Amino acid sequence: MTFNFLMQNFINALQWGSFYALIALGYSMVYSILMLFNFAHGDIFMVGAYIGLGVATALLALVGTSGAALLPGWLILVLTILISMFLTAFVGIIVERVAYRPLRDAPRASAAITGLMIGIILETSNILFLGGSRLKFPQLIESVTYNIGGVYVTNKKIMIVLVSLGLMLALHQFVRRTKYGMAMRAMAYDYLVIPLMGVSMNRIAAMTFAIGSALAAAAGILFGLAYPVLDPYMGVSFGWKAFVAAILGGRGSIMGACIAGFMLGFIEIMTVPAIQILNRLFALNIGSNLRDLIAYSIVLLILIFRPHGLFGEAYSAKLRL
Amino acid sequence: MLLSVKNLQVAYGRIKALHGIDFNIAEGEIVTIIGANGAGKSSTLRAVSRLVPSGKETEMTFAGKDLLKYPPEKVVSELGISHVPEGRRLFGNLTVLENLKLAAFARKDKDGVEKDIERVFGIFSRLDERKTQKAGTMSGGEQQMLAVGRAFISARRLMLLDEPSMGLSPLLMKRVFISLKEINQSEGTTILLVEQNARLALKFAQRGYVLENGNMVLHGDSADLLDNEDVKKAYLGG
Ligand SMILES: Nc1ncnc2c1ncn2[C@@H]1O[C@H](COP(=O)(O)OP(=O)(O)O)[C@@H](O)[C@H]1O
Ligand SMILES: [Mg+2]
Repeated sequence: MTFNFLMQNFINALQWGSFYALIALGYSMVYSILMLFNFAHGDIFMVGAYIGLGVATALLALVGTSGAALLPGWLILVLTILISMFLTAFVGIIVERVAYRPLRDAPRASAAITGLMIGIILETSNILFLGGSRLKFPQLIESVTYNIGGVYVTNKKIMIVLVSLGLMLALHQFVRRTKYGMAMRAMAYDYLVIPLMGVSMNRIAAMTFAIGSALAAAAGILFGLAYPVLDPYMGVSFGWKAFVAAILGGRGSIMGACIAGFMLGFIEIMTVPAIQILNRLFALNIGSNLRDLIAYSIVLLILIFRPHGLFGEAYSAKLRL
Repeated sequence: MLLSVKNLQVAYGRIKALHGIDFNIAEGEIVTIIGANGAGKSSTLRAVSRLVPSGKETEMTFAGKDLLKYPPEKVVSELGISHVPEGRRLFGNLTVLENLKLAAFARKDKDGVEKDIERVFGIFSRLDERKTQKAGTMSGGEQQMLAVGRAFISARRLMLLDEPSMGLSPLLMKRVFISLKEINQSEGTTILLVEQNARLALKFAQRGYVLENGNMVLHGDSADLLDNEDVKKAYLGG
């Protein structure tokens, strides 16, 4: 049980946390403006990963015929991320348009169930069109491992964490500094009177779904780089866990979603070394397959003491015109 | 007529708030609708803003256009109708300046917006001092000034005001109403004011309508309504 071992886990936790945080942001942003959880969001992450796979494959095929020297791997990766974010944004826009907009005034439970249905539709469409077999995500960049004082870090891990942090920072700037970001913040505060400012609620809603879905697509591609096997159900458990992060962060809080995403990554990853330490110290025999049970019990404990999450506010009265 | 409303019906689920009311306003006029709590005053303004749907037989035209063809955000940005809602409904998490800028969301004339923001600060100098403060932390009077300023920036062919006197001291109330009159005179802004404070409203407006349980029961010049025995008894405290 060395310092190096802990550092190793620390880096893995950062990587897992990046995935959770990027996906949790989509849940939180949508919740903040429409007060509903988009339960299809985990599957949008899956769709994003597959779109990334398609885009990367297409770009590789293109390069193959016209000289590989023109497009180095990292550039293909950047293009893949950007194009897939753009395309997946439209998936989000369509989901909002067909599944949620008609139910804007319906009871929240109807919208939640619709979200779950859309998720199932996305999963089964994937099986319909791609046959349901697991697909391998192309490795766009050479994997390089650095040995930093006995801690092994791959270039991919560094890149995944940096790209994720970059996207979060970009989102933060967008929300703080732009006109549309301001409209989002306003809508999160009081969506009912938003039209009185000359702002179309539908446009802000569509934009929010687009951004959340684009971030999920980025998470999907980064995930594909780290764990290059995609399957149609990859969004289910990932989606639920990111949803837990969104709740842990505080419903509707963007900052909370990021921090809780990383926190969840840490709790999950660090549970395994913690089990090993306990086993050794007290001569126990806890299996590391109990990881999720223990990790999510910790989350439950946190929520018992902070029911509104880390950054959530106590619930105010329901808005009414 | 700038705004003409015929057979306006509004319902919230099974609750009928307006049973088919008629009223109209000419360009440049100040008109008030008075009525007790629950009479349907706010519902009237919400229907004109298209925030709530109106009944099938309802007709509303604004400057010759069919108001019912416009979604609420375009009522503001294309027709030029602004609405200071009941309870002000500021965005408390945004600063004073951000609240004003958001009101200009759909406007393309950047220079015009900057000038208008300066004018709002000219009319309500307190807002200028508190530009960077979060709107939610201001006093009631300051919030009402911001609510009016926000409407002024978003659109000002017609301003709909829902009980702007609520929660204000008499002194502040006076200041807000003087500013409104100034806007009406300098900009030619038509004003539709809805109030429970009937005396104040009738002194401010040229004409008035009386709304009772979702029906328009009386209308006329403000001076006549102030003298009307029924109005005196029911709304002016004897
Ligand atoms: N959002 C709403 N949902 C359900 N009923 C409402 C709502 N708003 C108003 N009402 C009802 O409609 C009627 C008229 O209300 P309102 O227009 O607010 O009157 P006023 O502004 O004159 O006080 C009242 O009976 C009120 O209870
Ligand atoms: Mg009212």
